Amino acid sequence: MMPSPYLPNTDADRRIMLREIGVGSIEELFQDIPEKLRHAQFKLPPPLSELELKKELGQLANRNVSLDNYSCFLGGGSYRHFIPSMVEHVIGRSELYTAYTPYQAEVSQGTLQGTYEYQSLVCQLTGMEVSNAGMYDGSTAAAEAAIMACMITKRGKVAVSTTVNPTYREVISTYVKARNFSMETVELGSSLSSDFACLVAQQPNFFGCLEEMEAHVQKIHDIGASFIAIVDPISLGMLKPPGHYGADIAVADGQALGNRASFGGPGLGVFTCRREYLRQMPGRIVGKTVDVEGKPGYVMTMVTREQHIRRERATSNICTSEALMALAAAVYLASLGKSGLRQVAELCYHKAHYAAEQIAGLKGYSLVFSKPFFKEFAIRCPRAPSEINRALFKQGIIGGLDMSHIIENGMLLCVTEMNTKQEIDKLVEILGAY
Amino acid sequence: MSHRYLLSEISQPGKMGCTLPALDVPPTELPPEELLRSELKLPEVSEVELMRYFTALSKLNYGVDTGFYPLGSCTMKYNPKWHEDIAKLPGFASIHPLQPEESIQGALQLMFELQEYLAEITGMNATSLVPIAGAHGEFTGLLLVKAYHQDRGDKARKKILLTDSSHGTNPASAVMCGFEISVVASDSEGNVDMKSLESAMNEEVAALTLTMPTTLGLFDPKILEISQLVHERGGLLGADGANLNAFLGRVKFGDLGYDYVQLNLHKTFSAPHGGGGPGSGPVCVKEGLVDFLPSPLVIKNDGRYKFVSPTKSIGRIANFYGNFGVICKAYAYIRSLGAAGLKEVSENAVLNANYLKEKLKPYYYLPYDRTCMHEVVFSGRRQKAKGVRTVDIAKRLLDYGLHPPTVYFPLIVDEAMMIEPTETESKQTLDAFIEAMKEIARDVEENPEILHTAPHNTPVRRLDDVRAARNPDLRWQMRD
Repeated sequence: MMPSPYLPNTDADRRIMLREIGVGSIEELFQDIPEKLRHAQFKLPPPLSELELKKELGQLANRNVSLDNYSCFLGGGSYRHFIPSMVEHVIGRSELYTAYTPYQAEVSQGTLQGTYEYQSLVCQLTGMEVSNAGMYDGSTAAAEAAIMACMITKRGKVAVSTTVNPTYREVISTYVKARNFSMETVELGSSLSSDFACLVAQQPNFFGCLEEMEAHVQKIHDIGASFIAIVDPISLGMLKPPGHYGADIAVADGQALGNRASFGGPGLGVFTCRREYLRQMPGRIVGKTVDVEGKPGYVMTMVTREQHIRRERATSNICTSEALMALAAAVYLASLGKSGLRQVAELCYHKAHYAAEQIAGLKGYSLVFSKPFFKEFAIRCPRAPSEINRALFKQGIIGGLDMSHIIENGMLLCVTEMNTKQEIDKLVEILGAY
Repeated sequence: MSHRYLLSEISQPGKMGCTLPALDVPPTELPPEELLRSELKLPEVSEVELMRYFTALSKLNYGVDTGFYPLGSCTMKYNPKWHEDIAKLPGFASIHPLQPEESIQGALQLMFELQEYLAEITGMNATSLVPIAGAHGEFTGLLLVKAYHQDRGDKARKKILLTDSSHGTNPASAVMCGFEISVVASDSEGNVDMKSLESAMNEEVAALTLTMPTTLGLFDPKILEISQLVHERGGLLGADGANLNAFLGRVKFGDLGYDYVQLNLHKTFSAPHGGGGPGSGPVCVKEGLVDFLPSPLVIKNDGRYKFVSPTKSIGRIANFYGNFGVICKAYAYIRSLGAAGLKEVSENAVLNANYLKEKLKPYYYLPYDRTCMHEVVFSGRRQKAKGVRTVDIAKRLLDYGLHPPTVYFPLIVDEAMMIEPTETESKQTLDAFIEAMKEIARDVEENPEILHTAPHNTPVRRLDDVRAARNPDLRWQMRD
């Protein structure tokens, strides 16, 4: 065999090992596989060295337009926020990123204590009582929350507000139907019959508007169902958290908390709930305890909910999740801290409102909704948003989300702390030319 | 600076971990007060303190870069550093999933090609890269099974068969897809018990999911008979592909008669495990299941790449397109090894496992004494008879600076120790592990106390799991 940086045994090692095993060749070790299946041919490109492949993939990456080089007003579920450099330095420590699920707690205290920090910070942020260690993304967290509500209430109908992100609605529907439950899309505020397990609502909603969550929570509790809030974690730097308006389960996509957009993944599903639902909760949970000498330490706990113990009676099938992204979120929240997160939220809020006001003043443009909003808002354009986006793109701007299939000539714009006044003014200028 | 105090405990008012720009636009009136939060309790810590805190935490951890990590079924192989760099290129890491298609052709090309490579490697016709982890891939595979039978108008198939050695995620995924489960026994050789399969495989069964090699690390020589029987009776055969490292570049799941397989890019294709994710769990399928794949797939049309939704798609299973960052690393892995390199991976993985098996056999009970594949399962029952449990052996290994194998799984082996060395370990490393295991076996006879009290040199000693579960302390809270 040719030497490989990832196969440290030499030919001499292999000969000794084969002799110790008592076989003449490696081929003999595959004798259980029927002969005719054992020699498949594979059509794959020839191998390349590190130098060659890095060059090739560097060029391939350059065929994508990176948010680092363009100004971006696109949101809709994935967001560009500032990430302090130290976040990636921490998660880049290989003791952390080359470990696996902390089954051996004594040599995994870094992962475990980091997760406990994550759970603590997420509870502080959301005002909820308990958090798990994280799920795949916001949409699957919402879907698992809906299933959990069905198990808690022993009801099989899930209501999802029309103002929830349409992709989330699709994912919730996939999960709910898989389990042979049903899902209905309802206007937020409409009366629900008492056979519903839960209502899923989003704050700010998909169109960026702020909903009056408290009133909706009350109505849902009146029918004995659970209220599931999907929130934007950055908005909680200033907005009332779900724990304070009575949400029973609150979920979020944690990508915005220190994780790059990365073409949509890895993301992070934030999952929190009332303490009384702890035993129905999906996913890993880390708890604090002591060792035999009384020294504090951390372990995965409440494991009897999980698939590796409970198998078909588990609360979910989730195993490998997004531990490293949860750690990034913990570092991010700690780095920004109390005043930093508030500042980021306010920067988003004021800049988005500045942009909205400027655009609303343009001829042919208007805001679709008059409700208060946070960092995203829907505008009506004088012509097809796809056309406008093409013009913006030519001038180094990634425009908003084309929503013309929902709202005539509708576009959803997102403004964050990353957008300077200069960028906003340029956006407005180009829009004005249309 | 140490890890002794939590962030909220070292927090002091007025500290800050980063800097932010000043507002450069005129401020707007804030929303009505009832929409705002009154207080935000996040810690206030300087960057210096934060970096030292998390560095201290990292030093408490054991990863593949620390040392040998033979966690069976998890394929803890070395992760090439430059593959990390590729995933971090701004053209991959800093792209928005909803950008116009013309601005993400490079990303779509990479995904399209990986779809093709994985289909080729598994002998299937198409691949969905959307599933985010292995269990998510299982869930997806079973939804495909459900959609396939429903589409044929066959409503009676409500059961999934799985083996008694299967991963816990297998039954849990089946339940999430609304199936009942039924268990097929393993025979004395560790293979599927054909009589048990014969009697269980009826017109109510939608699919048999069978990990290959099995979780005992054994290849079932009757795989073609199994797939024939399942198909004759109208069922599908699905693989939990967690153990692909055993025959990568040598055997195709498609040739074994499988209809679909779910992969773990973080295992077989060398993306790091992240302390429990991110993973990536693509599903590869034969022709008959292609139309049901989750949305979206990447296709190539006139030299352009684009997303499409298959005609009878099971719908969306995640917010976007899968864990693209992990997908980049797996792509780089396949391109850097090529077909011959992948075959060398499995050859060396199997060689290493068989070497460990032979060398440890005199000291630990080997329930299935035959050639193993990429991992070997021992039983600690000889040691148990002397009052030492497998958990004690695992904890004692920590004192040697080694990560223990997977323990107490598979469930059908008493006091199981499932050892997966992977191909990236040298004979020297394996010999050091063998020496440690031999010394431990001797200590079981001569000095069992050292095992009962192990570990001794770790950052913390054995932790009280019962206390953690009885009085859940799951977050930091201000003490009154």
